Amino acid sequence: MIACAAVTRSSALGLSLACLWTLGAALAAQQPAAPPDGGRGRIGGAGIGAYPVRPPGDPAALERGTALYKINCAFCHGQDTRGGDGGPSLLRSAIVLADQNGELIGPVIEQGRGAMPKFAFKPDQVADLAVFLHSFRVAGYDLSRQKPATILVGNAKAGEAYFNEACVSCHSVSGDLRGIATRIADERVLQQSWLMPGSMTGRGAPPPARARPPTVTVTEPGKPPVTGSLGRVDDFVVSLTTADGEYRSFRITPRTKVEVSDPLGPHKDLLRKYTDADIHNVTAFLTTLK
Amino acid sequence: MTMPRPPARSLAVALALAATGALFAAGGLDPAQILKPLGDSWPTYSGDYSGRRYSTLAEINQSNVKRLGLAWASRLVAGPGPAVPPPAPPFGPRPSVTVVGGVGDNDFVGGTVVKGGVLAVNGVLYVTAPDNVWALDAQDGRELWHFYWRTRGGTHIGNRGAAMWGNYLFFVTPDDYLISLDARTGQERWHKEIAPFSQQYFLTSAPVVVGNHVIVGTGNDLDSPGYLMAFDPETGEQQWRWYAVPMNPGDPGLETWKNLDAARNGGGHPWLPGSYDPETRLYIFGTGNPTPAYTSVARGDGDNLFTCAIVAVHVDTGKMAWYFQTSPHDTHDWDSAQTPILVDGTINGKPRKLVVTASRNGYYFTLDRLTGERLVTSKFSDTANWADGLNEKGQPRRIPAKDHHVAGALVSSNNGGATNWPPQAFSPETGLLYVPSAEAYAMYYLTETDPRGAMGLGGKDEVGIATMGSYITAIDYKTGKTAWRHRFQTAAGNAGRAPGLLVTAGKLLFGGDVSGNFFAMDPANGSLLWHARIGNVSNAPQTYRVGGKQHVLVASGDTLYAFALY
Repeated sequence: MIACAAVTRSSALGLSLACLWTLGAALAAQQPAAPPDGGRGRIGGAGIGAYPVRPPGDPAALERGTALYKINCAFCHGQDTRGGDGGPSLLRSAIVLADQNGELIGPVIEQGRGAMPKFAFKPDQVADLAVFLHSFRVAGYDLSRQKPATILVGNAKAGEAYFNEACVSCHSVSGDLRGIATRIADERVLQQSWLMPGSMTGRGAPPPARARPPTVTVTEPGKPPVTGSLGRVDDFVVSLTTADGEYRSFRITPRTKVEVSDPLGPHKDLLRKYTDADIHNVTAFLTTLK
Repeated sequence: MTMPRPPARSLAVALALAATGALFAAGGLDPAQILKPLGDSWPTYSGDYSGRRYSTLAEINQSNVKRLGLAWASRLVAGPGPAVPPPAPPFGPRPSVTVVGGVGDNDFVGGTVVKGGVLAVNGVLYVTAPDNVWALDAQDGRELWHFYWRTRGGTHIGNRGAAMWGNYLFFVTPDDYLISLDARTGQERWHKEIAPFSQQYFLTSAPVVVGNHVIVGTGNDLDSPGYLMAFDPETGEQQWRWYAVPMNPGDPGLETWKNLDAARNGGGHPWLPGSYDPETRLYIFGTGNPTPAYTSVARGDGDNLFTCAIVAVHVDTGKMAWYFQTSPHDTHDWDSAQTPILVDGTINGKPRKLVVTASRNGYYFTLDRLTGERLVTSKFSDTANWADGLNEKGQPRRIPAKDHHVAGALVSSNNGGATNWPPQAFSPETGLLYVPSAEAYAMYYLTETDPRGAMGLGGKDEVGIATMGSYITAIDYKTGKTAWRHRFQTAAGNAGRAPGLLVTAGKLLFGGDVSGNFFAMDPANGSLLWHARIGNVSNAPQTYRVGGKQHVLVASGDTLYAFALY
């Protein structure tokens, strides 16, 4: 919407607002940059927290800058500065990222740039705009703003048919899966849990459905087999805990027989067979098992 | 009028030559040494310029590897060290003192993990972790000096090592400095900001010295453009810069982006060292993923050149000679930044100069390194399900439905990829490329429905499902076929990706498994010949000779282990 870019600050509040509302994102969805958490002087690893967070600007300046931006800039650059009709995202702009108090964005605003016209702001207004532009959280691990309301897109009937074909040899809706959708209310956790029990942990997820741990039987030459729950196994050593609670470990030689029984084996085998529609359908079906 | 002065340029050259001669005469590393076959020393990230990680040392070999034992272990202590240096002991050497530099006032506290190459030059080892460089005696691992850089911040994900020119060391920091140290003392010579910290760049790569060029690339997760740069080893002045994405109207590849703004924010960071062909003077390296990484709508429908590509640039100018894209329009953050390997081989009975790579996307490529012509493509990942075949250029043809989905798309590989930065190795004896690889599935959920998409790595949640197996995969460069594959035994659902590899003329392939074992295999078939459990190997093993003995060196977290025969 290049035509909007020619609207000057003085002329057309009404027109610029009209342009503004053609854009999708609402400013309210944006969170201003949060103050840095934790003390300074110690930093963590990758991603969030690795880069300094700008200190919050003066609230009055932020209010003035927000109003100036909405009237003059939002119709091209988007209400949330992430770009819109004609204007690029300012959030990831090298100039805006390097700017401190308007000293770098000022000349661009005053002189225009490419399709962008000149704007006749006073220096303190540029500084107010800078406060607004620097109020956003900027990080490579960009937080989602417009999250989908649901992941349920599948067909429950088709899911039931798939379930009856692929799952009933081990599972039943009146047995182990009775009330599963009540026990796991979150649809995504439910989907992850039936795809691979235990595959969604942490991040506020409810405790995952756990499968039985794998069992292992180790047979050394000339000795009786020993069975227990698998501790670890690599190419050299296998360890287990017997039904009596005894820990045993064995060096694996070419004559050692190690048989691991993984209850999740069929779940892994199915990963090569599902279509995404199968997965979405089964999830839709399982959410009916309240 | 006084005496006519010689032209400034020739004077500068003469001075530089004089300085160079003096430098190399006084010890240190003459860059010409890196051109030699890999043997007693390990003078650059991959050992030599070919990237093969094939050592001619054969003192340790299949006949005696069973006797390989620990020579020494050395634990590295990161950070600024004690505020007051300990007093000198009454006898014995004075303990090493940490030299502290840096322009920031932050300390990284995330733990020390060596994830890079260790230089072995003239009996001294130079090893790095983010913000830290140590010099150790190669005979016994005793610390000679330690340099610590107090940081401004930046992503502290790893450091791939140092480079050396004469008595100068070079390494980069997460807060975007190239730093030169005096290799004899650890004292800083200079530091230069070589990428803007304000744009959230971070630097992890090991620089590579070629002649009088110090070459290093960028890293970034925030839609900033990637580039490879060359610097003067004496002064740190930039010599050239090659952008991985079009930056100006008319730049080649711009037609593969939605517009110039998209291209200029398109990523493609070459965050690992490349290889170098002295015959053609081409520096050959890989570029990273396009950005935004997942919600690719802002990039347009095109291939997004020159991201996810193998690229050759002239080492003296930084001008691109050729490129081959291994993942056109990548949508999974599957970089092609892995160090490519130069192979002099035979294809269809004819000798060819080749470059080979197994890519994070699960596909293997053999290219002609003079022209970039693709000769072989194969799929080395069993489970990779994001492409439905090859296009006419021999590139994988992406299935857009496997990018992500609001309700989840089941994709293999996971974000980590079928392989990743851990170095691959190539043996000219077997003609096989050895690749640490993994087969894993994840659900990719689209979480940002704004049609403009997200920035950087945002816009999706990736939730892992299962790792199907962790492997060393041996690939025949002539056909791309898997010659053998060793699947590591693991407890169910507990398999990561193996670390990097070393192969030697002793017919030994050294590496780490995913259960903390350091091992030697037969490179012909993957049979395990020797192992020691030292904890998870965190870098690629290396080898060098000092005191008349071959050593095999490997890191596990903050500790270096050297093995030898006694």
